[in-house]
Amino acid sequence: MQLVLEKRAERSNAIALVSPLIAIGLTIVTMVILFAVLGKNPLLALQAYFIAPLTDGYSLQEIAVKATPLVMIAIGLSLCYLANAWNIGAEGQFLIGAVAGSWIAVKTQGTDAGAWVLPAMLVLAAAAGALYALIPAICKVKFGASEILTSLMLVYVADLFLDYLVRGPWRDPHGFNFPTTAEFDPVATVPLLIEGGRLHLGSIIALLVVAAAAILLGRTIKGFEIRVVGAAPRAARFGGFNANQLVILTFAVSGALAGLAGIIEVAGPIGHLQPGISPGYGFTAIIVAFLGRLNPLGILVAGLFLALTFIGGEQAQIAMKIPLDVTKVFQGILLFYVLACDSLILYRFKLVFSNRQVARGAG
Amino acid sequence: MELVEAIILAVLAASTPLLIAATGELVTERSGVLNLGVEGMMIVGAACGFAGAWLTGSIFVGALFGIVAGTLMSLIFALMALGLAVNQVATGLALTILGIGLSGLIGAGFVGERLTPAAHLSIPGLTDIPLIGRVLFGEDAFVYFSIALIIGVWWFLYRTRAGLILRACGDNHVSAHALGYPVLRIRTFAVMFGGACAGLAGAYLPLAYTPFFIPGMTAGRGWIALALVVFSSWRPGRLVVGAYLFGAVTILQLHAQGWGVGIPSQFMSALPYLATVIVLVLLSRARTGGSTAPAALGTVFVPDR
Repeated sequence: MQLVLEKRAERSNAIALVSPLIAIGLTIVTMVILFAVLGKNPLLALQAYFIAPLTDGYSLQEIAVKATPLVMIAIGLSLCYLANAWNIGAEGQFLIGAVAGSWIAVKTQGTDAGAWVLPAMLVLAAAAGALYALIPAICKVKFGASEILTSLMLVYVADLFLDYLVRGPWRDPHGFNFPTTAEFDPVATVPLLIEGGRLHLGSIIALLVVAAAAILLGRTIKGFEIRVVGAAPRAARFGGFNANQLVILTFAVSGALAGLAGIIEVAGPIGHLQPGISPGYGFTAIIVAFLGRLNPLGILVAGLFLALTFIGGEQAQIAMKIPLDVTKVFQGILLFYVLACDSLILYRFKLVFSNRQVARGAG
Repeated sequence: MELVEAIILAVLAASTPLLIAATGELVTERSGVLNLGVEGMMIVGAACGFAGAWLTGSIFVGALFGIVAGTLMSLIFALMALGLAVNQVATGLALTILGIGLSGLIGAGFVGERLTPAAHLSIPGLTDIPLIGRVLFGEDAFVYFSIALIIGVWWFLYRTRAGLILRACGDNHVSAHALGYPVLRIRTFAVMFGGACAGLAGAYLPLAYTPFFIPGMTAGRGWIALALVVFSSWRPGRLVVGAYLFGAVTILQLHAQGWGVGIPSQFMSALPYLATVIVLVLLSRARTGGSTAPAALGTVFVPDR
């Protein structure tokens, strides 16, 4: 028996629309099996994962809060991936953005600095994220070094740098030796949308980013260039598009968005800088980008869905003692199914049972 | 003198997982497949290796568990990237994300447990020779195996017909297919070999390097192994040099932390990662004349019949 791929004459638009749904369906089937293996009631587990978080207002807000960094990072990554530039170090750009923005918050702490503090933090974080992403981009364009490996290595460097700051120069002197800065002042904090709630201004910024990306890709020449360079590099060369320039541009934009997401997370839900500010947002955003089919609106939906799995995972851990790692397994399996289903858009799968059948198929 | 000996021993121990994982990936990439999931296969190998050794009390069984786990992970990759013609970069990333989750799940029950680490060779008389005795005759089995492995791979790639065919698949899959070689089957074996090596390299960490398992203990070694393959220009001889150089950087920064040279420990810990970036840049720059990478590396191949 053999699996044979047959190229479709045209890409199937119907499958392009339903493929993420098929992928989610297959993932859930796989999860049911995994829950059963772990000795948990699969129905109750699914309920805790996917239904329970949708039933109360607090969790709904929490989903939006978690989706905010995921969507912002994934939008940037989708631009990179569309242009065939492989930025997988968004986690590092997120951390550097958080560090750069926190610098202003730490330095203005306890002073009478005014309302300029938060905007300055956001701008500096975006700039720092962009600069940090430009390191692998320039290494790629100037020297031909694999951007995949360099961008990933810089994640570890950023992580250690943040660790050094909060254990060393920026540590809260009244923090009982915990590795954290002092709580940010109110002027250095992202305002809440609803008093006493969880939803903050960052979610609005994320929506604006989605809208901007939709316009960029759908309505501008730059967006067209990005898509052509990725999908048809030869045609792009004939069209006079500069692929290297687009690598720089997409890396810078995605770094800026990741950095912005970083400072919004720190100055918003967390409120201070500390190690472990990200449960792997930069990596989960890769899944969000692919699940959303590299399309801004798709990414918005996918970001909300993956945020649901984070919240659901926490609830399942509390309610049913299901380990948090199950969420990571879920996300990994989901990405596999998404990629496999994407293959269906370009190819038809056929199971062939004997060599004779293969030969007949060819004749 | 004893310090020198201790440093050489530590460098060999730190280099061995890099060497084993990179050797596997070298074969995979030579067949034209870029499997970025080394980190994921390694960490699952580490969890399964520890589980196997802890349950049976045998380091050897633990190593086998690691190899099998790595191979199974690589089969998922082969099914996706070769069977379904999915983008290899994305599939490799997915494998790493899945591996990190799976290893946490498998290893959760073993965190905090300790093992007796793999025994070191001891030949009376020889092992006691000052300076070189323990380096040459007092290592654990993994170190000797890693050296045999890379010599075996060199011999296979350059001295056998099968190795020649494998390299042909990596350089031009269309021609190899036209000559009648089963490109996808050969690549599947190459991917499985890479997975087995990554699994063993991962298992080495809790079985010999540190005698316990902690989540995320591979700490980017899989990615460094990938960089080493680039560093080596896809040649086994240079791979050995690269692996030991990186092991030396790791040990150097650990000792520097111990000597208290006044540089924050985090900066020293960042050295191996920064060194990887710098080496990649310098090498890629030196190589502007033409790429030494397998010509078909990372490209999708769907045979037409």
